Amino acid sequence: MNMQTKPPRTQAEQALLDSFAEKVGQLPGDAKVTIARDRLLSAITEAGLPTRRIESWHYTDLRSLLRGVPGKSGGAARALEPLVSGTVVWPVVQGVAANPSAPEGVELTPFMDLLASGEAAGMLAARGADDLIGQLNGAFAEDGYSFSVSADQAIEEIIELQSVQAGGQVHNRFVAGFGSRAKATVIERHLGHKGESGLSSSISTLEIEDGAEVTWIILQGRGESDQHLGQLSARLGADATLKLFVINAGGKLVRQEVHVDVAGEGAHFDLRCVNLLAGDSHTDVTLTLGHAVPHTTSKEIIRNVVLGRARGVFQGQIRVAKEAQKTDAQMACNTLLLSDEGEFAAKPELEIFADDVVCAHGATVIDIDHTHLFYLMARGITDKSARALLVNGFVDELVGELENEDLVEALETLIEQWLVDHG
Amino acid sequence: MLEIKNLHARIADDGTEIIRGLNLRVKAGEVAAIMGPNGSGKSTLSYILAGRSDYEVTEGDILYNGESILELDPSERAAKGIFLAFQYPVEIPGVATMQFLKVAMNEQRKARGEEELKTPDFIKLVKEAAGSLQIDPAMLKRPLNVGFSGGEKKRAEILQMKLLAPKLCVLDETDSGLDIDALKIVSDGVNALRAPDRAIIVITHYQRLLEHIVPDSVHVLYQGQVIKSGDKSLALDLEANGYAQIIEAAA
Repeated sequence: MNMQTKPPRTQAEQALLDSFAEKVGQLPGDAKVTIARDRLLSAITEAGLPTRRIESWHYTDLRSLLRGVPGKSGGAARALEPLVSGTVVWPVVQGVAANPSAPEGVELTPFMDLLASGEAAGMLAARGADDLIGQLNGAFAEDGYSFSVSADQAIEEIIELQSVQAGGQVHNRFVAGFGSRAKATVIERHLGHKGESGLSSSISTLEIEDGAEVTWIILQGRGESDQHLGQLSARLGADATLKLFVINAGGKLVRQEVHVDVAGEGAHFDLRCVNLLAGDSHTDVTLTLGHAVPHTTSKEIIRNVVLGRARGVFQGQIRVAKEAQKTDAQMACNTLLLSDEGEFAAKPELEIFADDVVCAHGATVIDIDHTHLFYLMARGITDKSARALLVNGFVDELVGELENEDLVEALETLIEQWLVDHG
Repeated sequence: MLEIKNLHARIADDGTEIIRGLNLRVKAGEVAAIMGPNGSGKSTLSYILAGRSDYEVTEGDILYNGESILELDPSERAAKGIFLAFQYPVEIPGVATMQFLKVAMNEQRKARGEEELKTPDFIKLVKEAAGSLQIDPAMLKRPLNVGFSGGEKKRAEILQMKLLAPKLCVLDETDSGLDIDALKIVSDGVNALRAPDRAIIVITHYQRLLEHIVPDSVHVLYQGQVIKSGDKSLALDLEANGYAQIIEAAA
C-alpha cells in the first residue's frame, strides 16, 4: 500500500490555524461567507504552506520563510498624512476601514459591510490550488473598501488607500470598479509602525471597463520585520489602459502578485516596478499576464536595487492566446547588484500560441558604471554622492514616467530617503 | 600653475605605456594648445590630469600650484579647480541635468568650506550661463547628456565649466563634431573664461579651433612626449606642413 505522509505542521502553520480558531466567531460575514472562509482555510490545512516544489512558489519557499505568525491584535496604529498633499485618504487602520467621504462620481462602501451582507461571499475564492494569498486573505478578510467610479467620470484627486499596521495580523480587501471611459489615479499604500512585527495580506481586484484609464500605485513600506503578502488582479476591457506602479521599500518577507487579463481589443497594460532591497529581506514580485484577444499591448519594466544580504525574485509569465494576434508584449528586468552577498532571481516565461506577435523579454544584472562614476567625480561630486545619484537615477527613470508631477516628486523623495537610510 | 615632470603612465589593465617621459609647464593666465597625431597620447593625458583610475602613473609627477595631485581622486582634483571638458561627454540616464549641476556646484563649495547655494540663486546662475551659450532651458530638464546632439553635449560641457569656474581647464577635442556656428559659440564661451588667474589647455587635432581660441603656446605631442613647443605660429606651420617633418626632426 502506498502511504502518503504529510510533513509535520510548522510553527507558522499551527499559529495560523490557532488564530483562525480564535477569531472565527468574530470575523464579519453571513453563513455563505463563513462557509467560504472555512473552505479556504481547510485548503491551507490540507496542503500546508507552499514550498519550492510548487512551481509558482519555487523561489519563495513560504513554508520555511514564513516565521512567527503574530496573534490577531497588534499595537495602536494611526493614519498618516497622504503621500501627496491634497489627496483623498481612505484609511484602513490595523485592518479596520473608516467611513470616509468619496469624490463625486465615486461610490464607496466599507468591505466589512459586503461581508456582513453576504455580497462578498463570491469574492472569497482562490485563483487556484497554489493561491495561498487568496486562501489566506479570503479566510481572514476583515475589512477594506469596495468602490466604483461611474462611467465617463474623470476623478481629478488622487485616491489613497492607506493601510497602516502596528504588528499583529491585518487582512485587507480592495474591490475597485472603473466604468467605461472613467479616469482615476489610486495609491495603495501599505505602512508599518516600528516595533512589533506584523503579518499582513492584501488583495485588490480591479475591473476596468472599456476605454477607462487607470493609474494604480502599490507602495509597500511595511516595517523591517513585517511579512506582507499582496495580490492585485485586474481585467481590462476594450481600449482600456492600466498603468500599474509597484514600489517595494520595506518588509522582511514580501510577496506581491500581479495577475492581469488583457481581455478587450486595443487594451494596454503597463507595469513599472521598483524593488529597493536591503538587510536580510526576501521580496518576490510575481506577474501573470494574459493576452486573450487580438491587438493588445503590454510593457513591463522591473528595476531592482539590491544591498546587504537581500534576496529578490521576479517571475513574469506572459500568455498569448491563439486568437491574440498582433499582441505586442515587452518585459525587462534590470538589477543593480550592489553587494556581493545579495541576490536576485529573474524568471521570465512566455507562452505564445499566436503566430503573428511581437514578444520580448530580457534580464540584466549590472554594477555601477565606472565611466558614469568618473564623469560625476570629475565634476567634484564625491564617490559616495556620485554612487547615490546613479542608483537614484536607475530607478527614478521609471518614476519619471508618471504624469502627476507632485506624485513623481513624492516618490523620488521617498526613494532618495530609502537610499540615504540604507546606503 | 601646472607642471608635469618626466611623466610616465600606462593603462592599468594591460600595462601598455602611453605617456613616456612627458614634460610640460603651463602658467596662470596662459592658453596652451596640445596638438599631435592620432594615438600620440593627447586624450590619455587629459584623463590622467582628471584622475581616471584606468591609468597608472609609474614615474614622474604632476604638480598643481606646487603640490602633487597624483594621490587625489577625481572629485578632490575638481574641488581644487581642475576641470576636464570631455571629448565624449557621458550620457547618464535618470539623472536630470539641473539636479546634477546643483549637486556638483554644492559639493565643490562644501569641499572648499563655502556655503551651499540657495535654489533661486542657483537657478539664476544657470539661466544666465545657459543663455550666453544659447542653450535651451528645456534641455536642462532632460537627463544628463541623454539624447543631446554632439553640439549640445559640447555646449553643456562649457556650461558646466562656466558654472564651476575652475582654475585649470582642460578641453579635450572640444571642436570635434561641431559645425561652424557651434564652434563659434563654444569658442566665445571659452574666451570669456580667459583670466589672469586661470590656465586653459586646449587639446586638438586641427588648427581650426585655434583660430577661435588663440593660444599663447603650442606643444606637439608624439608617442607620449612633447617633442616640440613654440608659439601660435607652430600651429600654422603644422597645418601647412603636417606632423612628419617635426617628428623626423625630433627622432
